[in-house]
Amino acid sequence: MYERGPKRVLTFALFLGPSIVGVALFLVGPIVASLGLSFASWDLLTPPTFVGFGNFRRLAANAEFWSALRHTLTFLAGYIPLVMVAGLLVAVALNGRMPARNLFRALYFLPVVTSWVAAALVWKWLLNPSFGLVNNLLAQIGVAGPAWLFDPSWAMASVILASVWKDTGFVMVLLLAGLQGIPRVYYEAASIDGATEPQKLRHITLPMLAPALFFALSISLINSFQVFDQVYVMTGGGPAGATTVLVERIVKNAFSFSRMGYASAMSWVLFVLIFLTTLVFARLQRRFA
Amino acid sequence: MRRPGTGPTPRPLPGSGTPRAGAPATPAADAVGTGAAEGAGASNTGRSRRRPRRPWRFAVKPTIVTLLITVGAVGMLIPFAWMLATSLKPSSALLSIPPSLIPAEPTVEPYRDVMTRFPMARVFLNSAFVAIATTLGQLVLASMSGYAFARFRFRGRNVLFFVYLATLMVPFAVTVTPLFIIVKYLGWTNSYAGLIVPPMFSAFGTFLMRQFFMNLPDELEEAATLDGASTLTTFLRVMLPISGPAFATLGIFAFMASWNSFLWPLLIVSNPDFMTLPLALATLQGLYPGQTEWNLVMAGTVISVVPMIAVFLFAQRWVIEGVSASGLKG
Repeated sequence: MYERGPKRVLTFALFLGPSIVGVALFLVGPIVASLGLSFASWDLLTPPTFVGFGNFRRLAANAEFWSALRHTLTFLAGYIPLVMVAGLLVAVALNGRMPARNLFRALYFLPVVTSWVAAALVWKWLLNPSFGLVNNLLAQIGVAGPAWLFDPSWAMASVILASVWKDTGFVMVLLLAGLQGIPRVYYEAASIDGATEPQKLRHITLPMLAPALFFALSISLINSFQVFDQVYVMTGGGPAGATTVLVERIVKNAFSFSRMGYASAMSWVLFVLIFLTTLVFARLQRRFA
Repeated sequence: MRRPGTGPTPRPLPGSGTPRAGAPATPAADAVGTGAAEGAGASNTGRSRRRPRRPWRFAVKPTIVTLLITVGAVGMLIPFAWMLATSLKPSSALLSIPPSLIPAEPTVEPYRDVMTRFPMARVFLNSAFVAIATTLGQLVLASMSGYAFARFRFRGRNVLFFVYLATLMVPFAVTVTPLFIIVKYLGWTNSYAGLIVPPMFSAFGTFLMRQFFMNLPDELEEAATLDGASTLTTFLRVMLPISGPAFATLGIFAFMASWNSFLWPLLIVSNPDFMTLPLALATLQGLYPGQTEWNLVMAGTVISVVPMIAVFLFAQRWVIEGVSASGLKG
């Protein structure tokens, strides 16, 4: 830009003004406010009062918070390995030559463009203990299916199952992008040297794919710490509180119990967890990829 | 089993010519790599020189992989089939055991019922309006701010851009409480403004557009500037016309995020007249706890899913680019 004087100011205001105002009001402002609120007690009716680390002490002493954290980590521990392995297998298969390859890629990606509410509703009905498709198919091969979302020990597994179905295509796409970046010369050279397929996978594909794998893994971790939609629709945290997760607790505390400060404190604990995990994985990536 | 015509499948890898030019022309080596189909079809000498492992590789393995991929794809599709099948069943057929994936007597009654039981037509239009408005707003804001960050020189630019980037790292759960209070204070609960305006501001959009403009050569604007065009004119006449790809990526991503968004509408909308599809579906399902009419709910689900799938099928490339660039999901 070459404008000078008032025109320059106007040009700045035009290009950056609206964005800065909005980002300040709807992003930066709320972040700062949330940090402040996490040290305050506020029920929306009476003015907020400063409580220092009171909210965090209450969190540490609250069994509900710990079980929500445990459930979030359980989700993560089940979901991450499954979705990464499924996404990797599908990506490697669909990177090779295969009839109708593009059709398959599109099919595996379909759940990704579906809204979580739609997906969660379908899974809730698929997993209906008496009238759902899954248990009736299981019955045909002589297996008595569990009560899925109604059984505290199966509810989280059900949520994980639905989530793996929904996100396999997402991981696949990220890894396919990585796979397509591997020069084919390497495979040709390995073939000349008589390398077998598993050897090529081990010594060419995996090392070359490491950056994409780390990227997919970090994104999936960040997203799964924030698991909410599917839990809210499929179980609402139940049965008997077996699937409460952090974001669901934050929303409940803020919007059902009007504990604004307490909910904010919990959201910062979540943020720190995500931040630390990302840091650890960035370190690991520097070491291995 | 492999048609000779298929040859090397089209890949965005332009380098496939180079290795063959560099490597000596040994037909056997070539057959191992990309040209197996041509090699096998064209010359018998190539076949005779093969080691025994090669037929295994090309005859058996793809079949197993194709089979497994097909089974997986069926698994991916079953929920959609179940959704569609249920949406075409009369209520009386819902409780029949075993349930069928092909309705015995298909009916569109659930679709009619869901439209009368819930203001679905309005909800659908709400979703469309909110998604389109959010997308347009994001495109305008992101392209202008992205252009400023890419081309303007001003003090504090890097600090400001760092602040934008930092907001990307913060989970929505952190901002949601104060954001709700701000929107409530503005009187935007149960309104289109509340659904559209806050999500319009995404640091991701600014970031994406900045990257795009930074990769364009400065010379593009120089000619226009020398002719005395203002920065705005240069932006509108020179930069926007070549921003199609970036707009498509960001636009489709913003549309999809808005169309599928749930938590934010859930918090600020309680009046069915302002509900978007995901919120309406969740509400519909919870209307009569314990006796959900699944055929109605699935009819609503089909209505909500079909437009997004259509967008995906028509604009696959941009959908995939948007989703993988952001790393965020619907």
